[in-house]
This record gives sequence, C-alpha cells and structure tokens, in this order.
Amino acid sequence: MIPAAFDYVRADSIDAATTALAEYGEDAKLLAGGMSLLPLMKLRLAVPSVLIDVGRLTDLTYVKDAGDHLAIGALTRHRYLETSTVLAEQCGVLRAVAAEVGDNQVRHRGTLGGSVAHGDPASDLPAVLLALDATFVARSPNGERTIKSRDFFVGFLETALNPDEMLTEIRVPKVGHTGYAYEKFNRRAQDWAIVGALATVVDGATRVSLVNMGTTPLRATAVEKALAEGAAPSAAAEFAAESTDPSSDVTATAEYRKHLARVLVRRALERVAA
Amino acid sequence: MSGMIPAVLISMAVNGSTQAHEVEPRTLLVQFLRDVWGLTGTKVGCDTSSCGACTVLVDSESVKSCTMLAAQADGASITTIEGLGDAGWHPVQNAFHTEHGLQCGFCTAGMVMAAVSFLAENPDPTERDVRLGLEGNLCRCTGYHNIVKAVLKAAESMKVTP
Ligand SMILES: Cc1cc2nc3c(=O)[nH]c(=O)nc-3n(C[C@H](O)[C@H](O)[C@H](O)COP(=O)(O)OP(=O)(O)OC[C@H]3O[C@@H](n4cnc5c(N)ncnc54)[C@H](O)[C@@H]3O)c2cc1C
Ligand code: FES
Ligand code: FES
Repeated sequence: MIPAAFDYVRADSIDAATTALAEYGEDAKLLAGGMSLLPLMKLRLAVPSVLIDVGRLTDLTYVKDAGDHLAIGALTRHRYLETSTVLAEQCGVLRAVAAEVGDNQVRHRGTLGGSVAHGDPASDLPAVLLALDATFVARSPNGERTIKSRDFFVGFLETALNPDEMLTEIRVPKVGHTGYAYEKFNRRAQDWAIVGALATVVDGATRVSLVNMGTTPLRATAVEKALAEGAAPSAAAEFAAESTDPSSDVTATAEYRKHLARVLVRRALERVAA
Repeated sequence: MSGMIPAVLISMAVNGSTQAHEVEPRTLLVQFLRDVWGLTGTKVGCDTSSCGACTVLVDSESVKSCTMLAAQADGASITTIEGLGDAGWHPVQNAFHTEHGLQCGFCTAGMVMAAVSFLAENPDPTERDVRLGLEGNLCRCTGYHNIVKAVLKAAESMKVTP
C-alpha cells in the first residue's frame, strides 16, 4: 500500500516548520517519527497534500532537568526515554511506560511529541502526562504558548493545537513520585492497549489515569476521590468505569472495556500499595 | 496528479555503497530497497507495520521499512540482510541455521535484522528479554521457540568473538 501523492518539505528549524504549516494550511501535516501518520496514510485514512518532515530537528531531542520541571523535547524518541538516566532518577514512570509502547522498531522511530499531538486515546504516554499534570509548549509563527495537559486532549485524534502550531516541548512538574504501576492489557505484545490503567503516587496522593476508555486519555477522578476518602484499593477500583465512554471495536466491546478498567485499576492500585 | 509532485533527490549508503536517486516523496523505504536497489531479501509481509518482515537497520537501529519514507532515510546508512555478514554469515545468521530458527523463511530476514539490533542494545539477554525484544516480529511457522534459542545462542557466540 502506497500513500496518496503529497509534496514533501523538510524543515530545518522550528520556525521553518511553523512557517510552512501556516503557508500550506489544514492540508499540511508534520511528520515526526511517522509511526502513527504513515500507517494512516498508507490506508488512505489520512491524505495530507503536504508533509513537513521535522524528523531531523535533533535539537528537539532531550530530557533536561529545568529546576522545577523536566523539559523534554518533542522529537525525543521512545527509545531515548526508555534509556534516559535523567528519567530513571526523576520520573521512572515515564521511562517505564515508554518501554511499553509498541515494539523496538516503533520505539526507535516514534517520538513523545508525536504520541501527544496525535491525540489517540489508545496511546500510553499521554495517560502518564495527564496523571503528572504535564504542560505542553506550542509554537506558531505568532509566538509560543503553553497548554495544560487537562486542556490539551479534546477528542478522538483531536488536540488543542491549532493547525499552524507545532508542539516543541513537554514539561513535567518535578513532584515527589513515590510509586507507580501501569497495567496494559492487549492480545499481541506489540499492540496498543485494549485498556490501560496507570496508578501513580504523587506527594502522597494516588492519581489514576486510563488509556482507551473514551475519546481522550482520562483521569479516573471517582477512583481518586474514593482513595482520598480512605477506600481500600479494591473498593475504589469499582468506580473505574465511572464517567468513561469507551468504544466498541474488533478488540473489545464497551462493556468489556469497562470490566477491564475495574480489574486493571484494582491491579495497579494493589501493586502501588504493595 | 502525481506527475505534478516534484521528486526528491536522496542519497544513502546501503550495505556500504552510496547512490543518489530521484524518488517520488511517497516512496516507502522498503519499495526503494527492493525495486530501485534490487535488494529483495527484505520482505513485505503485512504492509501494515505489524509483522516486522521488512525490518532493516537505519543507522544501526531496527526499523520497519514499510513504515518509513525513503526520503526520511536520506543521508542515512542502511543495512539489509544482504549486507550483514562482512565475509560469510553474521553470528545471528549462523545461529538461525544451527538452531533451525526458521521454516518457510519469509519472516527470517526481518527476524535476523531485528535480532542484530536487539543484541547490540542488549548483549546479555534472558529468554524473556529475547521474546520481548522480538515482539515486533511475527512468525506464522515456527512457534518462535527455535528463533529464541537461536538469538540466545548468537548472544553467547558474540560474547566469545566480539
Ligand atoms: C506497530 C505499532 C505499534 C504501536 N504501538 C503503540 C502502543 O502500544 N502504544 C502507543 O502509545 N503507541 C503505539 N504506537 C504509536 C507510536 O507510539 C507512535 O510513535 C506515536 O503515536 C506517534 O509518534 P510519531 O513520532 O511516530 O508521530 P507521527 O506519526 O510522525 O505523527 C503523528 C501525528 O502527530 C503530528 N505531530 C507529530 N509531531 C508533532 C509535533 N511536534 N507538533 C505537532 N504535531 C505533531 C503529526 O502531524 C501526525 O498528525 C504504535 C505504532 C505502531 C506502528
Ligand atoms: S511488512 Fe512492514 S511490518 Fe509487516
Ligand atoms: S518461518 Fe515461516 S513465517 Fe517464520
């Protein structure tokens, strides 16, 4: 399968990329690792007329300690995250979940920025960033703005980024992470989660987020509230499907996904408590 | 419409020899290697990024070449199964041979390339590491058992002769 024809533009700077986005408009797409975009283009589910390749902006590959937060360049690949010593010391959960994305070949190419900007509720890393209250930095020809993770994921494959904006950096607050557990349920090891559940303890409180339980990554607020009020993990996990709206597809029905959410949240909570 | 799209000029080293070619932007790396370079050892299995039959090394890292544009590999150094052994077979190829890590052979080139990249990152793997490390490669014949044995054996032999 070959994608529909497109014009190929290589951006050698962030400015070049955003200028090109503004010039070519809605029909243009940035190409980072291509691990989500190219499969869609091969199936002709995405038919951009211009691809702006930002894959060579290697100065956007970094994980830096920036005082009160960690700053991660948007083009940082999953492989880099899963082997990062800065993350090992400061944010083990992001490192561990990066190692759960796809397979080695996918992690060699796919980027954190691409995972975030794609807006797929089945992606693993956005759920981590939502749990950690990350902030996203977006650049356009008009300047720069920051967007909170809770405002960023708008719908299925839809984010708060404007068509002329490029995500340049992901900022993760440096908080006291004391434990985490990620439960990813799938049928083939390399696949996306049918459902995923993350429990992470931040400053003594347990945060819970869900993968593939609606059109965006979600915080399981009802579970978090029950835990804060002293509920045991197994009792709190019963609320895992509350306010979710999972889809039914070839891998699972919505009902089954709700069941999985309760089971996986319980397992994740029991693991962090242990 | 495609006639109006300007071609891109790309140049890359494949198995140590460098050539420049003009390609349509939508040309996939696997097509480029098979059709332009005539290197048909790299297979197209699923064509949907799942099976790993198309795995090659791009700057020493395993990549699914059905999910990469040739234009993205401009300037890179590519290794395919044809370029693996310097003189004779690579230790991973030898191990697939002696451990009978294949049946029909369709997945083999991709498996071997994925294993070479995996062992470079993880020279002393456990059996579980190998199974996880090859999760991006599917085999419809062997049940994986001998493939895993072959990769473990290759790891041993590469420790003796680095
Ligand atoms: C076989 C396979 C298995 C996978 N399994 C998983 C999995 O288990 N879990 C998981 O989370 N993901 C999985 N993925 C997807 C993978 O994580 C991708 O790396 C990621 O979703 C997209 O990153 P990318 O750099 O490849 O983005 P691309 O595919 O290049 O881009 C994706 C989208 O984001 C946009 N974009 C990219 N970068 C930016 C930016 N900086 N600013 C603005 N827009 C941008 C693009 O225009 C495009 O619309 C899998 C992929 C494959 C092929
Ligand atoms: S042909 Fe590329 S992954 Fe199957
Ligand atoms: S040997 Fe036949 S697919 Fe693996």
